[in-house]
Amino acid sequence: MIPLSHVLLLSGILFSLAVAGIFINRKNVLLLLMCIELMLLSVNFNFIAFSHHLGDLAGQVFVFFILTVAAAESAIGLAILVVLFRERRSINVEDLDAMRG
Amino acid sequence: MNLLTVIVLLPLAGFLLNGLLGRRLGRTFVSVVGCGLPVLAFLATVKAVLLLQAAGPDAALLEVAYRWASFGAQGFDVAFYFDRLTAVMTLIITGVGSLIHVYSTGYMKDDPSYARYFAYLNLFLFFMLTLVLGRSLLVCFVGWEGVGLASYLLIGFWFEDPAKAAAGKKAFITNRVGDAGFLLGLFLLYWALGTVNMDEINAAFAAPVAPAVSASLVGVLLFIGATGKSAQIPLHVWLPDAMAGPTPVSALIHAATMVTAGVYLVARLHGIYEHAPEASQVVAVIGVLTAFFAATIALVQTDIKKVLAYSTVSQLGLMFLALGVGAYGVAVFHVYTHAFFKACLFLGAGSVIHALGGEQDIRKMGGLWRKIPVTFFTFAIATAAIAGIPPLAGFFSKDEILWFALASEHGGSPILWVLGSATSLMTSFYMFRLLWLTFLTPSRMSHDTEHHVHESPLSMTGVLIVLAVLSAIGGFFELPHFLEPLLPMPAVLESLEHYEHTFVFVAVAVALLGLAAATFMYRRGLARGEALAARFPRLHRVLGGKYYIDELFEAVLYRPLHWISDRVFLGLGDRLLIDGSLHGLAALTRRASGRLSRVQTGQLQWYVAMAVVGVVGCLVWVWRHG
Amino acid sequence: MNPASITRLDLVLATPEMFLLAATCVILLGDLFLRDRDRWITFVLSLLTLAGVGWITAATGFTERTVGWHGTYVADPLSTLLKIVACGAVAVAFLYGHGYLQERRILKGEYYVLGLFALLGVMVLASANSLVTLYLGVELLALSLYALVAFNRDSGVAAEAAIKYFVLGSIASGALLYGMSILYGVTGSLELGVISNAALQMPAGQIGLLFGLAFIVVGVAFKFGAVPFHAWVPDVYHGAPTPVTLFLAAAPKLGSFALAFRLLAEGLGAVHATGWQDMITMVAVLSIIVGNVVAIAQTNIKRMLAYSTISHVGFILLGILAGTSQGYAAALYYTITYVIMSVGGFGMIILLSRKGFEADSLEDFKGLNARSPWFAAVMLMLMFSMAGVPPFVGFWAKLVVIQAVLDIGSLWLAILAVALSVVGAYYYLRVVKLMYFDEPTDKAALQGGGGAMRFVLSLNGLAVLALGLYPGLLLALCARVIP
Repeated sequence: MIPLSHVLLLSGILFSLAVAGIFINRKNVLLLLMCIELMLLSVNFNFIAFSHHLGDLAGQVFVFFILTVAAAESAIGLAILVVLFRERRSINVEDLDAMRG
Repeated sequence: MNLLTVIVLLPLAGFLLNGLLGRRLGRTFVSVVGCGLPVLAFLATVKAVLLLQAAGPDAALLEVAYRWASFGAQGFDVAFYFDRLTAVMTLIITGVGSLIHVYSTGYMKDDPSYARYFAYLNLFLFFMLTLVLGRSLLVCFVGWEGVGLASYLLIGFWFEDPAKAAAGKKAFITNRVGDAGFLLGLFLLYWALGTVNMDEINAAFAAPVAPAVSASLVGVLLFIGATGKSAQIPLHVWLPDAMAGPTPVSALIHAATMVTAGVYLVARLHGIYEHAPEASQVVAVIGVLTAFFAATIALVQTDIKKVLAYSTVSQLGLMFLALGVGAYGVAVFHVYTHAFFKACLFLGAGSVIHALGGEQDIRKMGGLWRKIPVTFFTFAIATAAIAGIPPLAGFFSKDEILWFALASEHGGSPILWVLGSATSLMTSFYMFRLLWLTFLTPSRMSHDTEHHVHESPLSMTGVLIVLAVLSAIGGFFELPHFLEPLLPMPAVLESLEHYEHTFVFVAVAVALLGLAAATFMYRRGLARGEALAARFPRLHRVLGGKYYIDELFEAVLYRPLHWISDRVFLGLGDRLLIDGSLHGLAALTRRASGRLSRVQTGQLQWYVAMAVVGVVGCLVWVWRHG
Repeated sequence: MNPASITRLDLVLATPEMFLLAATCVILLGDLFLRDRDRWITFVLSLLTLAGVGWITAATGFTERTVGWHGTYVADPLSTLLKIVACGAVAVAFLYGHGYLQERRILKGEYYVLGLFALLGVMVLASANSLVTLYLGVELLALSLYALVAFNRDSGVAAEAAIKYFVLGSIASGALLYGMSILYGVTGSLELGVISNAALQMPAGQIGLLFGLAFIVVGVAFKFGAVPFHAWVPDVYHGAPTPVTLFLAAAPKLGSFALAFRLLAEGLGAVHATGWQDMITMVAVLSIIVGNVVAIAQTNIKRMLAYSTISHVGFILLGILAGTSQGYAAALYYTITYVIMSVGGFGMIILLSRKGFEADSLEDFKGLNARSPWFAAVMLMLMFSMAGVPPFVGFWAKLVVIQAVLDIGSLWLAILAVALSVVGAYYYLRVVKLMYFDEPTDKAALQGGGGAMRFVLSLNGLAVLALGLYPGLLLALCARVIP
């Protein structure tokens, strides 16, 4: 039996990795989308662990919702990315600075 | 009938009619509506005054126009309040206001935006009447902001000239600084007393149980508001620049009425200041310093309107001096006499400028008295009045101010008196200097200008005559006594009680000394004055540069603020954008600069970094409180 | 949950949402069969749908707080008010945007369908009573908005704005979810009522609860666009097509308010003073400062209004941080008045634009008075109202919020708010100065917008004045719907 704290630690680390990934990556927007997925997955870990710990199914139901929404989110993210690539011929994060101030 | 509401709404009707229909219906319509409605408002005021007189000395008329908002248990009413103080102010505003409207029909005759001008002028009257008639500070504040707006619109009336538009903006921004003080005072009063009705505020401070708010704090905050509107140090910088507007506007707004709003506010809320010796002291000191320094600046100005502008600032300072020593009625008395002679002076200056085809430099005038005699005589009477030559109006009010500055038990002191008398001396000097240089010395005009000089039409000279007569005889009406049931006079120090007449002679002597000095210096023209300036070049430069206060503000306030906004928050990258649009190169340049700046580092990471800082901040908070 | 356990009450509770969903799906399908020049049918159908939703919401309006769908859904006067205002805001946004999109040949059904889905998100948020419902509402709203921002496929800036919005919005959702997961673990439930009870029983400063709370505050601040989570706001407002910016500025703010109220006030009201008040205070103060100061240097009016939005959000948060019903009512009042003012402001930009010309620079407002005195006056009223000058409604909004802050004894917050609104007045008045004192660079008569839009825009401007002259009506309503 894995103790709750281990799972929470793992999900915390995953979440931090995801944020760090968004933060540090300067090249590719696709990587950003992956980091966002990772972030949501770490949350899922949390929910499942708590759900198991509390013996309450609601948390696991929430996970299904998150998974579904995450799929929709990726679809929209990729669609925007396609538009962006068509307009800019680049998915380099550094190039996204037409607007500032 | 709702008489007070009618007084306020008449000019508003004028604004709407002239603003919406004026351009289509022609000049006669605009003149009739523009002048007729203020005159009607004046007549209505006279009727209200008669009603008030019948009701007894400390009675007040009260009218609830409509319930603005109810707010929990508290209701905000738009109510008008009319007592003797209001009566005096309203008579000045509608009376002098009507005269200046009539004058404007002559002065602005050839202006293409005639209808717009009258619309704005009527709008100003509407807000000014709201300001003085409002029973609650909130209604007063609406008027307060509104007169600021109207003055902004009128200063920038000839907005084709960027310097004039800038002057309008400066006036508005300086006033906003004062407004912050006003608003804070208002909130504080509402918070502590649960009311913003001015009569109730006065009553609350007079009650045996003191309200749970420091009268001095509120007093100082409201006074900050007053310094903005009434051009006191350090917020006086806007008024001289405001002379960019048409001259009748300077006469109405920047001499006779709007700038005295601060004086009215303090006098109206005298209940607070009576219980706030510290705040009163601040008022007196700022007032006397403003009076003194503005007078020194006026000594060396060469633009006829600038001399009058600094003289206005200086006279306002004297009014605040009176307020600061508790002589509220005397301050209002000076507001009243000042309205006559200063309006007369400004309108006279307008007539001179009109006659000379736009020339404002007194070094290029002289000898005008033969050519425009009516303007000369009225101007001379008003000059003598402001200088304090008896028995003209200014003498009475100024003399009483100086007397109370010395003798009031509510903060009178010899220092205030000395500075006040010095101001009085300088006032007399620079006003007679103006009179000599403009009208009496041999002509220094170019031949071409001289040829065109002509007396103004009757609509202008008639008004000048009326105002000159009022400046001459206005002082015989004992206004402080009339207001005494509302605004009690301060007690006089016992040791000085018997010397009042002595000081009257001193005041007259001071005025005559100024007259004599100006005559000595300027009788023959500019030579002696220039010799004196050459003897003290540094002093002359400092005075001519108005003590460099504008430059100081620029360096201390404007630049750092701009710098922070520009550099710290925007980074260097935006220079291209701002410069691009400043030079009017519109969208094309901006797109180009956008393309160029895309070479630089991406910013999404930076956005995320900011957010991460925020997250870390929240987590640190949790760590410390968990 | 088997189907038989859905009661009649549940169905009644969610009628407006179900109607909206069904109608939107019909429009989505129907639009496929329309040619571009028949697109007005979609527009009319959308407006009819909005009218229908508004009517159903008002007709089923619950005067008492009623919970259904196994505790996940709630209908109360607050949700009714929010939904009706949101319907109105969306309708006005559609109306203002129609001509603009038509002229530029980007009038696609997506604009309306996505707009309606976003509205559905707002409505779900307004009625949410559990973390799941809240999350679904947030995402439905956010996903629709990401797509809306990018929907002009030929615009590079729009795509860039969309991807920035998407990335930052997803981080916000991630943070919010992470907070929710912790909250679930600590309190053992997803239902706001149970969470609230559990939080009440915990000792002050319970570290797990506070840890989750920190992420929730971050998520809420992100969705509002408050500093330091504001970075997306200027870019998205700037980059999105103006009708979309207009849309963004309106209904979603009501959603954000609902999110904050349901989550912070109803769910976590117990840890107000010992929990989120300090964090929200910092965020609110920073928003007011940064929003007002940075707006001064803007030359693009959409960016300027974006920074102005940030400062307004600061004011809304001021009301929320007070934590009293008076404070929440003030925040709600501020939100609604903000929606009215910003819809008008962006409407003016659309009005000044025409085919091939975006009037999004401040310079484009030069000399508007000479071109159209009436619309210059409308803009003047809107700007004065945003600046908080009486008698316009913006003044009352600021007043009630400051009042609420004073009532909890935060004098310094009130002073700061007043002082910075004075700073803020500068850039609003600059617009007025440009309109009245500068020569127009372009003397052509206004071309944007049809008669209907001009009429509604005029009403919009007058509403700002009328609500300011009679503030009691809306104020009383806001005070009544907050329990």
